[in-house]
Amino acid sequence: MIGALFPQAQPVAGFAGGLMIGVAAAIMLLGLGRIAGVSGLAARAVGLAEGGAPRAIAAAFIIGLPLGAVLVASLTGGVAAHFPAMPLLLLAGLVVGYGTRLGSGCTSGHGVCGLSRLSRRSLVATALFMASGFATVALMRLAGLS
Amino acid sequence: MRRALLALAAGILFGAGLALSGMADPARVRAFLDIFGGWDPTLAFVMGGAILPMAVAWRIRSRMDRPLADAAFALPETRTLDVRLAAGAVLFGIGWGLGGLCPGPAIASLALHPLAVAPFLLAMGAGFALHRVTSR
Repeated sequence: MIGALFPQAQPVAGFAGGLMIGVAAAIMLLGLGRIAGVSGLAARAVGLAEGGAPRAIAAAFIIGLPLGAVLVASLTGGVAAHFPAMPLLLLAGLVVGYGTRLGSGCTSGHGVCGLSRLSRRSLVATALFMASGFATVALMRLAGLS
Repeated sequence: MRRALLALAAGILFGAGLALSGMADPARVRAFLDIFGGWDPTLAFVMGGAILPMAVAWRIRSRMDRPLADAAFALPETRTLDVRLAAGAVLFGIGWGLGGLCPGPAIASLALHPLAVAPFLLAMGAGFALHRVTSR
């Protein structure tokens, strides 16, 4: 039914991948007592955040991300990706980097770990970044950029 | 060493999930955010799939004195809703919409499409650094 309404959707692969993400975050929580927030762990791993997880743990998690992606690519024959133009990538990266640090989290920390914890801060953050993401793409569409 | 290996395993599983779910494709993420275009609901299934095991994990956690492989839980205890949280989330959403990338998929893409994702990651690092400098 979803396939008929939204021909490009991949609900099964999406849900299966989501389960893997959730189990990975559960390993971080129950095994190491930490939130699997990628922005925080990445900033910690490259030495751009004080406090938080021990650096070795942050670095190990971050190094695992591309390894896992390569594993899936080799098993499935590749992972499709279409990147926007260079100026957009640069601007997006800067704003994502600054915004996730200022707001103490991104889709993983607030979206996955915080929402499942029913954290009020994460509910607010997730609602705001979803809304501003929708608005940004809508404005880009209006401006003929997408 | 044991803790780092556990974190590595979690990272590998997380990265595999990102790749399998389609979230490593900026075009698919932007299609989810494009509610006035050919909307693609896949990301909602990813979020649903990820939140389910974590909701169970939080219930298990409430009965644990300490994590399985560490001395104590180190979880965020801040409860306040402030301008920093709101402004940071709004900025993040803008960048997410512009590029179709958030930190997890961007880092996972480093091994798949290194040249394509490098500008985003370098700029993201600059954003981290900018926040660190300005928050002192």
